[in-house]
Amino acid sequence: MLKINKLHKSYPIGDSSLHVLKGINLEVETGEMVAIMGSSGSGKSTLLNIIGMLDEADSGDYILDEVPIKNLTEKKAAIYRNKFLGFIFQSFNLINYKNALENVALPLYYQGLKRKERQEKGKFHLTKVGLLEWADHLPSELSGGQKQRVAIARALAADPKLLLADEPTGALDTTTSYEIMEFLQQLNDEGKTILIVTHEEDIAAMCKRVVRLRDGVIEEDKKVNQVRAGQHV
Amino acid sequence: MFDIDLWREIFQSINKNRLRTLMSGFTVLFAIMLFTILFGIANGLQNTFTEAFGDDATNAIFIRSGTTSKASNGLQAGRRIQFDNNTFSSIKSENNDNIEYITSRIFKNVTATFRNETDNYSVRAVHPDQQFIEKTSIDEGRYINQRDLENKTKVIVIGSKVEEDLFLKTTALGKYLNLSGIQYKIVGIFSDEGNDDEERIIYMPLTTAQQVYGNNDYIDQISLTYNPKLNFDEAIAFSNKLTSELKKLFSVAVSDQRAIRVRNRASESQSVSALTTGLGIIILVIGFGTLIAGVVGISNIMIFIVKERTKEIGIRKALGAPPKSIVFIILLESILITIIAGFLGLIIGMAVLKYGGPSLEQYFIKDAAVSLNLIVAATITLIVSGSIAGYLPAKKASQIKPIIALRND
Repeated sequence: MLKINKLHKSYPIGDSSLHVLKGINLEVETGEMVAIMGSSGSGKSTLLNIIGMLDEADSGDYILDEVPIKNLTEKKAAIYRNKFLGFIFQSFNLINYKNALENVALPLYYQGLKRKERQEKGKFHLTKVGLLEWADHLPSELSGGQKQRVAIARALAADPKLLLADEPTGALDTTTSYEIMEFLQQLNDEGKTILIVTHEEDIAAMCKRVVRLRDGVIEEDKKVNQVRAGQHV
Repeated sequence: MFDIDLWREIFQSINKNRLRTLMSGFTVLFAIMLFTILFGIANGLQNTFTEAFGDDATNAIFIRSGTTSKASNGLQAGRRIQFDNNTFSSIKSENNDNIEYITSRIFKNVTATFRNETDNYSVRAVHPDQQFIEKTSIDEGRYINQRDLENKTKVIVIGSKVEEDLFLKTTALGKYLNLSGIQYKIVGIFSDEGNDDEERIIYMPLTTAQQVYGNNDYIDQISLTYNPKLNFDEAIAFSNKLTSELKKLFSVAVSDQRAIRVRNRASESQSVSALTTGLGIIILVIGFGTLIAGVVGISNIMIFIVKERTKEIGIRKALGAPPKSIVFIILLESILITIIAGFLGLIIGMAVLKYGGPSLEQYFIKDAAVSLNLIVAATITLIVSGSIAGYLPAKKASQIKPIIALRND
């Protein structure tokens, strides 16, 4: 599914630069559910952003679904993002003047689908996250958990190969967090490949594999026995 | 480029961000409205000047006589100078090259009667050339001609207001009008660009008036237009030459300012045209100033809009929005707002001119209005420059890395 080789990334800070990723090697197979863990500053979000083509690596190879991701024009990157990737953010990142359905249908707009088709698909995915009756509501009228579920529906709408979640439960209370995780597990059961960046052990334990980052290198990479979120709810 | 979904996105963004839309629209509306009103007022001022001075030919010279103020050649001061047909023909023959049109004039006041309608009018007895000096246009019939002059026929050409006053609903052409007891045939009706009073004048052949009023060959005034090829200095020299010729003819002292009076429109029209040019420059400065203010306003708003929407742009890019669509969505929104607001500003401005304009006439502002072409050009300028001003931030926004845009809160 995705293959990363000797990935380096540094950010300029004033005159010097901060070496965030120092040679990351990572391979993820289709159907995996991977937690990327680490303390803040360990480079986990940077890694996810590079995987998500929101940011570019300085050096190293990154192959996504057999397509080498390198020196992309913004136009190409936009197409790949739309086709391959679904994003879930800690702060949900819904467009505040669009209602739930419109937010979910937005990636489909960039796929060039007809309005009717977008509406249908959007409703389908809203139903999937159990929010169809909230379709006409603006994000400001939804709770945090509901917003994140709308965001998940939006990430799913374009039917991406890879779901990237950056601290998806970071802004939610425990119960809601587990609900979201239960849903992500369900999606993984259906075959979606999911990458989750988190610093919470209990969230990581709900994945099938945990990659621990420390100071820009992978410290540990092991398969774990998945804790089903449903048990906690 | 026409994509119903793109427009739906734009309308939604406009509709959901009403304050932003209102603010940016207001700037444009105000700029165009001000532009229209200021331009209209300036035009009104210019109209007043053109009308006040533009009535007659600008190359006209008027020659009148008075009484001498100085003794000369053994003749004492206080002598009345009387022009006659000889004066006319000597001026005409001596200066034939420099004269375009020339006419004598006799002024009389008459009481005109047609059936039961009676009123007082001024009569001008003239040569046929008068028509071109006064820029009179004939609506019906003809003007005084050479044959009238030779035969001393009792014909008149009346202004359209005279026809309105006296003939009520019938037509005047071909009818006979009683002027202080004598019947004259109406052979023509004229209109004049000047004020209404000009159209309350009655023209008759010079010779007829000379015969009817006093049976002499006196004339009151000589009007002429000089050859338009003369430049300003030559024109002034020409009128000075006329003055000295006439002073010689009537044995008037060279320094006598009152006996022979020659008024040259060239010197007047020069100051008028300088004034008009000055006004034109002021108009241009005002216009450009308002437009520049408008453009700066739009640019500011565009930069603000892009800043405000940076996060949204980041989200859209993460969802797969190509850079082009980001540019379009921002640019088209602003163009749409500019067009609508500009149009509204135009309508409001024109309405203000239309309904407020008439009350400005006492301040020498007449027919305050703007040509539609000018305003459309101004609006297009505003839209184009606004788009250029907006394109740069929009383009920049479309190229920021999504990760940076997403971090923006």
